[in-house]
This record gives sequence, structure tokens and C-alpha cells, in this order.
Amino acid sequence: MIHKYELNGYYILLDINSGSVFEIDKATYELLDYYPDKTKACENLKGKYDLADLDEAWIEIENLKNQGILFSEDIALEEDLMRDHDIKAMCLHVSHDCNMRCGYCFASEGSFEGEKVLMDIETGKEAIDFLIKNSGKRKHLEIDFFGGEPLMNFEVVKSLVEYARERELETEKVFRFTMTTNGLLLNEDIIEYLDENMANVVLSIDGRKETNDNMRKTINNEGTYKYIIDKIKRMSEKRGSKDHYIRGTFTKNNLDFSKDVLDLANQGFPSISVEPVVATPDNDYALTGEDILDLEKEYENLAVEYLNYNKQGDKFNFFHFNIDLHGGPCAYKRVSGCGAGTDYVAVTPTGEIYPCHQFVGKEDFILGDLEKGILNQNLRKDFEKVNLTDKKACRDCWAKYYCGGGCFANAYNFNNDISVPYDIGCKLEKKRIECAIMIQVAKQNR
Amino acid sequence: MKHIKVINLGELNKVEGKGCGECQTSCQSACKTSCTVGNQKCENTEQ
Ligand code: SF4
Ligand code: SF4
Repeated sequence: MIHKYELNGYYILLDINSGSVFEIDKATYELLDYYPDKTKACENLKGKYDLADLDEAWIEIENLKNQGILFSEDIALEEDLMRDHDIKAMCLHVSHDCNMRCGYCFASEGSFEGEKVLMDIETGKEAIDFLIKNSGKRKHLEIDFFGGEPLMNFEVVKSLVEYARERELETEKVFRFTMTTNGLLLNEDIIEYLDENMANVVLSIDGRKETNDNMRKTINNEGTYKYIIDKIKRMSEKRGSKDHYIRGTFTKNNLDFSKDVLDLANQGFPSISVEPVVATPDNDYALTGEDILDLEKEYENLAVEYLNYNKQGDKFNFFHFNIDLHGGPCAYKRVSGCGAGTDYVAVTPTGEIYPCHQFVGKEDFILGDLEKGILNQNLRKDFEKVNLTDKKACRDCWAKYYCGGGCFANAYNFNNDISVPYDIGCKLEKKRIECAIMIQVAKQNR
Repeated sequence: MKHIKVINLGELNKVEGKGCGECQTSCQSACKTSCTVGNQKCENTEQ
């Protein structure tokens, strides 16, 4: 399978199975429309291009094909390695309560449609034990302290980190912690603690003040920007080059979200992730089909600006434009995707286990609980089964090995079926991938 | 080649020795909604 596209003046050709990337000229670009019918190609293009040129380009295509890097063979994966799913990552909902009231919050003010409750230490420890016990041979285990707002239960977070470190010694596992916070409770002590103990810190703010304040509110319905910006900056400064992300959300209210990304970059934040809101069309801020063209254009604009910033030495990193063409994960990872319900689970303050944070509160999706373990094996199998090779839409999609099959929660929210990807999400994902690869091509041209 | 420039020679379909499962789970890295695998890192340094 191949995919070709034009972006920012570059003609780009991808070979999907090998992951090869080529920059091609316009003649080759057009020739490929006819491949493998050379006679027809030359007939239709001879008025536009020199026949000798077309001939040369054709030979180059054929050579790459013969080397197995264009129109390459399908990837043959071993079935048992694809089904080998010990749990390695856990989203630990230490607080189902929140000190903000964001308009688009999927967690309904942090409570996930349930009661407002904080996780106690015992439940947290059981969760860590559960993860260790179910991690099989996997050495690197990940825990994301999540909420609601996890800093509302900071003392428990500290105790759990300490507990996990103790268990590391006896089990030879290595824990990596992430904290996802809205920043409101950050102070010098907490900043120092997070800097020392977290492998990654994710800080939520949406971009420009007006964008942020439109959706991210205090309990008293005030914009939060003025309360969080300095704290988030301080956390980011303290982190320096260590992993941390500024994480924003865009909605129908800021379809020009590239301005939000650049505003964050201008403030000196080095790593930024601004993502489309996940909301059903009955919400007035939801993204709908009619926004797609604008949003695609917006990603393209952002990619061009991103290159300009890079050129001037004002580098920043935009999560979805990161792509490692030479390295990156292996095909197994790419096929298994996000791992929700298989490698990855979420645990609530009361110890229920869900496939991921986005399913929390949807009772049909309870996998089990900490006391009895995974009870709903059928549900777990459903999640295991919906990898790339099983999903009809994904099998024929050129973006599959970059995307991994999309978000199951989005698929469920929009199509009531975890195996049918969310169309708007797919379109945006494809555009982000095209932009990310174009950036690599442009960098090699410098 | 005059018409085609190789930007990356991919080896994605060479899978021997791969699939150790040590790499980071996508949703842990930053976005929490629209995870992508292409921007993750491989942790298998022996390969
Ligand atoms: S973009 Fe959509 S169809 Fe393509 S692989 Fe991703 S989820 Fe599947
Ligand atoms: S289902 Fe969606 S939100 Fe959950 S881990 Fe997968 S990509 Fe992330």
C-alpha cells in the first residue's frame, strides 16, 4: 500500500508496510496515479512532461519496488505476540473531585457521574499490587496520577510513590510516574516534589487567555487563566529539559487553535499538546463534520509556522508533530494501538477497574475490581481483539501504522462500537500525520 | 535518483526480535484522548 500527498510545496510518497518515506517530483506524483499501466500513464502525461523524464521516473519507481521498499509486502506478525498482553500501565484516579469546572470535562466535575470521592491509601496500594501482579515479564510499569484533580489528594500520591518505590526493590520492576494536573494547587513544595518524582508532568491550560477562560472555570465560574499561568510557568521552568507537556483542548469556539499553540510557544513552553475536544454533537462546542476543512487547514498552518519557529531557533515541540521515522515503535506496538483494556487500565477511587480513563463511569465497561481482579474476561477479549488487523476501516487505511487504530472511547461515544473508528478523529489524525512527515521532509531539505 | 529522493528507508516489516512490550502506553504520554503510536519511542535498545 502507498499514500501520496502534496503539502507546503512538497510531494511526498509513503510506503505503508515498510514505513519508507520519499520526496518525489510532480511528474512521479502524477505517474503513480496510473501505476502499473505505463502506456496509459505516458499517453495521458506526454503533453505535460518530457517522455524521457517520465521514462526515467518510471524506472526509479520500478527499482524501488524491486528492492522491496515501495509497494512492499504486508507485515507478517506472530499471533501469540499480538495476544501477549500483560498490564503495564495504570491510570490511577486518586481523586474523583475537582477544583475547577471546565465546560468540556468528560469527568463531570471530576466525579465521573458518581460520587465525589478521594482514593484512600489502602486502595492505592492494592492498585499498585494489582499492577505488579498482572504485569508478567514486563519490567517498566507506568502509573498516571489522574482525576478529577489529583493534587486534591496529594498526600496519598506521595505515600503511593513511596510504596511503589519499596516494591520496586523486591520485584525488580521499574515504575514511571506521570501527574496530570490543572495547576491550581501547585506551590513551591509540590513543584519540587513533582519535579523529583515524576517522569512526566502534564499541565492543563488551553492557550490564549480568552480561549482558556471560555472553557476552564473556577467553581465560581471565573476564568482560571490568571490563577494558573504563573504556577504552570514555574513548574515548566523547574522541569527544564525533563519531560513535561502543556496540554490544551480546542473546541468549535477556537477553530483557529494554531494561535493557541503559538501563544503557548511564545510564552516559552517547550512541549505542547493541544487536542480536539471529545464531545457529542448535542454540545454547542463539539466539533462537527463541517469544521473538518477548517481544522485541516489549521494543522497545515501550524506545521508551516512550526518550521518557521524551528528555523529561527525558537524550537518547540508539538506532541502530534513528533515522529521518529527511523526509530519509533515496532509493528507489534503499532498494531495493538493505545492498549486500553489490555496493556492499560484505569482504577477508580473505590477500586473498580476500567479499560481506560475515558470509560470510567460507564458501568457496562467495568472490567473488575481490585479485590477480585479482572472478572469480565469477555470484555477484556473484546478490547484485545479490536487491534488494527481486525478493524475493517483501519485495515485499508494508509495511516494505520502511524495511528494505531484510534481511540476506542471515541469510537464508542460516537458509533456505539469500539471497533468502528470515529470519523472526524480519523480525518484529523491523518492530517496530523501528513504534517508531521512533511516537517521531516522539510528539515532534510535544509 | 533524479525524481525520487529517499527520506527514510523503512524496516517496519522486519519484525524479528520485536514485540517486547516495554514501550510506553500511548495515552500516558500527553494527550489522553487521541493517542497516536507513530510518535512514541521504542524502548528495546538491544534491537
Ligand atoms: S485513521 Fe482511523 S481508519 Fe485509519 S488507522 Fe486510524 S483509526 Fe483506523
Ligand atoms: S481508548 Fe482512547 S483515551 Fe483510552 S487509552 Fe485508548 S486512545 Fe487513550
